[in-house]
Formats: sequence, C-alpha cells, structure tokens
Amino acid sequence: MSTDFLVPLLAAAIQSGTPILFATLGEILTERSGILNLGVEGIMLVGALAAFLTAKFTGNPVYGFLAGGLFGAFLASIHGLVCLGFQGNQVVSGLALTILGTGLANYLGTPYVGQTAPGFKAVALPFLSGIPLLGPIFFNHDPLVYTSYLVPPILWVYLRYTRWGLGLRSVGEHPEAAQAAGLPVRGYRWIGVLAGGWLMGFGGAYLSLAYTHLWTNGLTSGRGWIAVALVIFSFWQPWRAMLGAYLFGGVMAFQFRLQASGTHLPSSLLLMLPYALTIAVLVFSSWKGRGDEAPAALGINIEPAD
Amino acid sequence: MIGLRVYKRREPLRWGSFLVFLAAVAFSMGVCSLLLVVQGRPAVNAMILLIKSAFFSAWAIEDCLIKSVPIFLCSLGVAIAFRLQVWNIGAEGQFALGAVGATWVALRFPDLPGYVLLPAMLIGASLAGGVWGLVPALLKVRLRANEIIVSLMLNYIAILYLDYLVYGPWKDPDSFGFPMTREFTTGAVVGMIGSTRLSWGTLVCVVAGLGVWVFFRFTRLGFELKASGENPRAARYARLSYQRLVILVMVLSGMLAGWAGFLEASANVNRLQPSIMVGYGYTAIVVAWLARLNPLAIGLASFLLAGLRVGLESLQLDLQVPAAFGEIMEGLILMTVLASGFIIRYRIQLRRGR
Repeated sequence: MSTDFLVPLLAAAIQSGTPILFATLGEILTERSGILNLGVEGIMLVGALAAFLTAKFTGNPVYGFLAGGLFGAFLASIHGLVCLGFQGNQVVSGLALTILGTGLANYLGTPYVGQTAPGFKAVALPFLSGIPLLGPIFFNHDPLVYTSYLVPPILWVYLRYTRWGLGLRSVGEHPEAAQAAGLPVRGYRWIGVLAGGWLMGFGGAYLSLAYTHLWTNGLTSGRGWIAVALVIFSFWQPWRAMLGAYLFGGVMAFQFRLQASGTHLPSSLLLMLPYALTIAVLVFSSWKGRGDEAPAALGINIEPAD
Repeated sequence: MIGLRVYKRREPLRWGSFLVFLAAVAFSMGVCSLLLVVQGRPAVNAMILLIKSAFFSAWAIEDCLIKSVPIFLCSLGVAIAFRLQVWNIGAEGQFALGAVGATWVALRFPDLPGYVLLPAMLIGASLAGGVWGLVPALLKVRLRANEIIVSLMLNYIAILYLDYLVYGPWKDPDSFGFPMTREFTTGAVVGMIGSTRLSWGTLVCVVAGLGVWVFFRFTRLGFELKASGENPRAARYARLSYQRLVILVMVLSGMLAGWAGFLEASANVNRLQPSIMVGYGYTAIVVAWLARLNPLAIGLASFLLAGLRVGLESLQLDLQVPAAFGEIMEGLILMTVLASGFIIRYRIQLRRGR
C-alpha cells in the first residue's frame, strides 16, 4: 500500500479513535477507584448532546466541550449516588444509566436532528506537522485531539507517582485496608466516578463537535461499550488505552472508506466489523492476561460501618 | 449535633420491595413530568393520558398482553442467568436470532402443515437463540472473556445480520423495496386464541413461566443453581461444576429470548422485518431486576412495562412526545428501585448527641 493511501487513513484513525480514547481513559480512572461504570454509552450520548446544544446556543465550541464534560460528570454522579450512597448493584446501575442516558439524549435531541453547530477545525501544529509521515498523521488535527494526547501522560503520572493516585488505587484494590490507613475511601471513589464521567463526557463532546458537527440520535453507536472492552484490553493502563483506541479508530476509518469506495459488500456486514473486533480484542486480552490485572475490589460496594 | 446512623436489618423490610416499586414509579413519573414541562407540554394531562390509554380499556389491556409476551420470555431468560450472577445482556440479539432461525424454517419449508412447521420453527428459534447465548458462555468459561461485553456486542451483530438478510438474500421481491421477507404461509403463523388478538404464544409464556418456577423450586439442578448464584465459593466446595451451570443458563436464556423472537415474527407481523427490534431485550433486563428474578413477579412487571409502551404510543400520537421518553422512564425506575433497595436492607436512625 502506498503512503498516499496509508497516511490519510492513519490520520483518520487518530480522529475516530479520539472519542473512544477519552471514554476509555475515563473508565480506567473510575474502575481504578473500584467502581464499575457500565453507563459509558449513556454518558457519552448525554455529553455529546450537551456539547452540541451549548456550542449551538453560545456559538463557542469551547464552552460546548466543557459542557460535555460537565454533563458527563453529572450523569455519572447518579451512578455514584446509587452505588456509593445507596449500595446499589454496580452492574445493574450502570446498565440503567445507559438506558437513561440514551433516552435523555434522544428525547431532548429529537428536535435538533440534522441541525449543525459550530465545531472545531483542524489546526496544523507549527514545526511538528512538518515532520514527514508523523506530522500529517499526528499533528494536523483539531485542538481536541491535541488535548487528548495530554490526558494519558497526566493520568499515568497521577496514578503512578502521586500520593492521591496511590490513594485512589489502594481504594480500588483494598478499601478496608485503605480505610484502616485513614484514607477517605468514599471520597476517592467519588473522585473516580466524577472525573471519569467528565472524561466520558469529553468523548461524547468530541463526536458532536469535531467528528460530525451535526446532531443525530444514537450518535455513539456502541463506542461507549467498546471503551469498556478497551479498559480490559489496556490492562487498566493509560498508555495501552491509546493503542486500543487508535486500533478501533483505524478499523472504523477503514470501514468508512471501504463503504465510500462503493464496494459490493453489503453495508450491514461491514458495520459488524468494530463489534466483532471488540469481541476478538476482548478474547485476546483475557487469554493473554493473567486475570489479575483488574483492581481487586472492582464492582464491590463498601458496606456502611455500624 | 444530629447524626445519621445506619444499621443492617436482620430481616429485609416486609412488603418493602412492593412499596419501593410504587415509590419508584411515582418518582420517575415526577421527573418525567418535569422533562415534559421543559419542552412546554402539559405534564399532568400527559401522565393521565399515559395511564388511561395503557390500562383503561379492553383494547388497551389486549395491547399490553400482546407486548408482554416478548418482554416476559426475554426477561424470564435473563433472570435465569442473573440467578447465577451471569450477566446476560444479550437478550436483544438472542431475540433477533430466534426470529431469524424460525424464519429460515418458515421460508425453507413453506408447504408443511402447521402442526409440523410450527414445532420446527420453535426448534429453529431455540437453536439460533441458544447458540447466541452459548457463544458468550463458552468465551466466559474457556477464556474468561467478560460476558457483559460479549453478549452486548453480539446484540449489534445480530441486529445487523437481521438487516442484512431482509435487505439482501431474504428480501421479498414484491415488497416495493421495503426491507422484509415474504409473508409467512398459513402453516407458519401462530394462530389467535378464539376471537381475541392474543396469539397462542401467550400460552407459551404461561407454560414457560411455570416451568421455570418449578425448575427453581422443585428440582435439584435448580436448587444448585440458586445456591451457586448466592454463594459461588460454597458451590465450589459442593463440587458443582460452575462452568457447566454457566453454559446451561446461557443457553436456556438464549432459547427463551429466541422463542420471543419467533412469536413476534410469526404471530405479530407474519414475516421477518427490522421493525420487530424495538428493544424488548433491554426492557427485559429492567423487568427481571424489578421483579427480583421471581417468575410470577416478572409476569406482573412485564405487563406494567408493556403498559408503559402502550401508553407511550398515545403520547406519541397526541402530544408528539418522542419515543425515547419510555427509555428515560425505564432507566429512572430501575435506578430508583436500586437505590431504595438500601432502605429495605438497612435501617437509618436519627441520632442526637454530642
């Protein structure tokens, strides 16, 4: 394959991988604190709508992006309330959140289907975009993509080298021990849920502000679930999340191109590709992993003390 | 200072779950009314219309029962899996595959009489739905792949496969371009009970519900299943094969959802078309959890959530309320019920003191 074909494809892979990357990083943060949030799909959709409407009515996509994060965190706070406040089952609460979020976004978004909002446009970074091959692939994108480059290193440093990161991880691994050591267990879990929801909301916002620039119902089409699978693929490590997200971005971009090129393959079969790949990736990482990479207390609620 | 203290109850609050359910419905209706007000619609009228058009006429009750059938069967299926703490989220896809399996039989042998064809379609639906449940089960027990994600991804794949069939190889050449198969021959259509609009599929629900109840209550295997779900470690000491149980519940789960797909295609639309996919498989999860996995309660909850869908159709027609309204309501009810489980299990006491 020539570079004329490959470079635009890889650049497109970065772009379609970015919303998945934000969401995966959000879920990593939440799960590292011991809370399983299966509401990613719903949170992303609400984030996407909040971002779209805010950008539309303020005319400023930056506000839109922030609103996406804010509403993502808001929706995640419902999950936090049910699981941290009321000891609800985390799996079911997450599923309920996806149903609720999907419903909310479709309900409030229906009047705006097909309308456009101001979004982000590509800005080539000076010097960096001039690097052959790497430049056009990585450094000729909209500002949100550059923002997403910053999140994995920040998250990595936070989790690995800071006291608060250590606290968050210990709450996810062994909450009783963390409590005995005097750490605010619930506080850390709330941070995991809210900050994670914020990032998932960013992922949704990317879809409506930079990927499509227009609103359609069901914009995420399963990307939230792909993110949940990618957390397992990445063994809860921020850097590996980047690899996974761009892999999926690549498949989606490839599928899109294949469809546009007028292939004889039926589109419904082509559309199966990312979902089948999700299963394949999940099976691969479950088989490859040792099975103990997940935070030990993931999905287990903290019993209220008598 | 006034503080709150939380005690674990020795016995769960009696009648608690029913009261909690009513409170959850009321709370969700309250929040949904607010959403209606936001969009400038008459909230109180809408809620009255919703309830009235769902339950207050014979025609509406019939509609509710028709919609309860697929919800009930799917929910019964996921409840069996949930009993073992196996999270089958794939009822939607198993439903689709069940419809595909039954349709394959119906299109392949159109001239067979009903008493041969219908059982054959049921077998086709069981096989297809069962296989769609077996895949996540095998991947879970052999390769430790998370069944939630696998079964959910299989939903997307199943629906796209159904689309592929009705837009492609199975498309009716005389359908003026609509994505649907040919109409089933009379032998492939599940008939109606007497002069009602209810198909004999309603009876299948009753039989399936009783079967599951008897299975959990009176059989050794059912008891083992319940025990393993409540305490996996104890089950391992009793040398129950957890892996085999996982495969069993997932296949059963898939088969039941497959039956629902078969009945929906055969009795309701008399062909295969994408419009049968309206999210019954997801509603089924809400129902199973609301009913605390009890077959009888699943019947009741299926009827109520079917009623929500029926009432919503009037809201859509009369007040142009988007269909997604129902999902909001389902999600809210489930969230509230989950949260209020706390009140059933714990006692909260106000404490005055230092």
